[in-house]
Amino acid sequence: MMQYVLKRVLWMGPLLIGISLISFLIMHLAPGDITTTEASFNPKTSQESIQKLRKLYHLDEPVMVQYGYWLKRMVKLDFGNSFASHQRPVFWQTKDAQGNVTKGLIQEALPITLIISFISMMLSIIISVPLGVIAARKHKKWQDNAITIFIFLGFSIPTFWLSLLLMYWLGVIHHLVPISGIHSINYDSLGAVDRIYDTTSHLFLPIVIPSLTGLAGLTLFIKNGMLDVLHQDYITTALAKGLAESTVIYKHALRNALLPLVTILGLSIPGLIGGSVISETLFAIPGMGKLFYTAVLMRDFPVIMGILTIGSALTLVGNLLADIAYAWADPRVRRGVAG
Amino acid sequence: MKRVLANPLACWGLGITVITLLLALFAPAIAPFDPDAIDVKQILLSPSASHWMGTDGLGRDVFSRMLFGARISLMVGFVAVGIATVIGVLLGAISGYYRGWVDIFIMRLVDVMLSIPTFFLILAVIAFLTPSIWNIMIVIGLTSWMGVTRLVRAEFLSLREREFVLSTKALGAGDLRLIFWHLLPNSLTPIIVSTVLGIASAVLVESGLSFLGLGVQPPQASWGNILTDGKEYIQFAWWLSLFPGLAILFTVLGYNLLGEGLRDALDPRTTN
Repeated sequence: MMQYVLKRVLWMGPLLIGISLISFLIMHLAPGDITTTEASFNPKTSQESIQKLRKLYHLDEPVMVQYGYWLKRMVKLDFGNSFASHQRPVFWQTKDAQGNVTKGLIQEALPITLIISFISMMLSIIISVPLGVIAARKHKKWQDNAITIFIFLGFSIPTFWLSLLLMYWLGVIHHLVPISGIHSINYDSLGAVDRIYDTTSHLFLPIVIPSLTGLAGLTLFIKNGMLDVLHQDYITTALAKGLAESTVIYKHALRNALLPLVTILGLSIPGLIGGSVISETLFAIPGMGKLFYTAVLMRDFPVIMGILTIGSALTLVGNLLADIAYAWADPRVRRGVAG
Repeated sequence: MKRVLANPLACWGLGITVITLLLALFAPAIAPFDPDAIDVKQILLSPSASHWMGTDGLGRDVFSRMLFGARISLMVGFVAVGIATVIGVLLGAISGYYRGWVDIFIMRLVDVMLSIPTFFLILAVIAFLTPSIWNIMIVIGLTSWMGVTRLVRAEFLSLREREFVLSTKALGAGDLRLIFWHLLPNSLTPIIVSTVLGIASAVLVESGLSFLGLGVQPPQASWGNILTDGKEYIQFAWWLSLFPGLAILFTVLGYNLLGEGLRDALDPRTTN
C-alpha cells in the first residue's frame, strides 16, 4: 500500500510541471507581453504599475529565465500581491515590519468554496444513491423513465438560469432565503443558534443548486453501475440461495457499484471549483469563484495566476486522495499497480 | 439510419436540433423586427401579438434577438467542437497508432489539461485576450479536446491489432493510408457521439460566459447576454429571463438526447 501511495505521489511531479508550463503559456498568450494588454485595456495604467508588472514576471529577461523564475515562485507558493488598490498578498498572509498581519486573498476565499462544494457533493450523493438504485431495479419501467428524464434535464439545464429563477422565486417573491452574501449585516450581534440559522439560510441556494446538477451525473453513474453488478453471477447465486432481495441489493450489489464512485468524486473536483465562478458571482459569496471573476474583470494577473495554479494543484490532490481511497478499499487495484 | 430513427431518444433529439438549426438558419427571414433596432417608446413591453416575447430594456424585440442569438450560440458550439474534434482525433490517432514515447507524452498532456479547472482556464485565457466571439470559439475548442483524444486512442489501440488492419499493413499500406482509410472510419461512431454531446456542453459554456459578460459582447445578441439583461430587469420583465433560459435548456437537451440516442442506436454492444 505504501509503495502504491509513493508511486502515486511521485506521479504528480510531471503533472505539476505541465501545469506550470501551461499557465506560463497563458501568460504569454497576449500579443506583445501582458503589460501592453494591460495598457490597452486601461489607458490610464501608470508607468509605475507597468514597471511593477515587468519586475514581478521578470519580463526583461529571456523566456527560459522567466519560466525558471515562475517555476521557483510556484514551488514556494509565492504569487505576489494583488494589483487591486488593497495590494493584499494573493495566497497566504504576510507580516510587515510592524508585525501587522495581512491575510491572503486565497487563504480567505478557499475554505468557503471548499466547504460549499463539499456539502453540495455530500447532498448529491445522499440523493443520487437511492435514485440510481431505484432506476436500476425498475429498469425500463416508469420509475426508470422518470429518473432518466430527470437526468437529462439535470445535464441540460443552465445552472445560472436555474439559480436566477430560484433566487427570484424563493428570495425576492417569497422572502424565504436571503439572496446574497454568507451572513446578514447584524451577524456579529446574533446568538450562536441564530448565527447557524443565518449562515444556513444564506448558503441554502448556493449549496442546493450545484448539488442538483451534480445529481444527474451521479445518478446515471450509480444506475449503470448497479445494472452491471446485478447481472453478475454472484448476485444470481445470492438470490438463488434465498437471501432477501433488499439484502442482496444493499449488501452485495450496492457496495460494488459504489466503489468507482470515489474516482468520480475525485474527477468532479475541477468542475465544482470551476463552476463556483457563476454561482458565487450570482449569490455574492466571497469564495474562489468570485475572487477569480473579479480578478478577470480587473485583469489582476497575480490573482488569476495564483488561483489557476492553486485550483489545479487542488484537483491533483483530490484525485490523489480518491485513488488512494480506492486502492485502500479495493485490494485488486493496489496489487495490480504494485505487482 | 433506420436504427437511429427507431430510437425514441434520438428522434426527439433530432427533432429539436433540426428545428433550432432551421430557426437559426432562417433567422433574417423569420425575425419580425431588426434585432438591434432600439425603440425608446417600446421599452420592456410584455409579450403581445406584435412582440411575441416582449421587448427588452432598450425596446428591442426579444423574439428577433432570440433568433439571431440562436445563430451565435449554435455557431460557437459548432466551431468550438469542430476545433476540439480535429485536435482530439489527430492527437488520439497519433497516440494510439504510434504508441511509445509519443503516446506517453500526449496522455500526460491530457492529464495536465484535465487537472486545470476548465472554467478557470477559459476565463484566464479570456482575461489575457479580449472577449470576442472568435476568441470564445477558439478557447472553448482548445480546452475541450481531451475526451475525444482518449476515445480515439482507445479505439486505435484495439483496432490496430485486428486482422483487417494487419493484412492491409502486410499488403504494404503506409501509415497515413492506414490511419485515414482504415482505422479512422472504423472509429467514427464514438467520435460522432462525443461531437454531438460536445456541442451541448459548448453551448452551455458559451451561454455561461456571455451571462458573466465575458463572452459574446453586446449589442450582438446571444442567449447568455439576453439573460444578463433578464437578471437586471427580473422584477419587472419575467420574459427576459424565461425565454432565453428555455431556449438554452431545449437546445442543450436536444443535443444531449441526440448524442445518447446515437450511442444507443449505433453501438453494437447495446443493440440486441
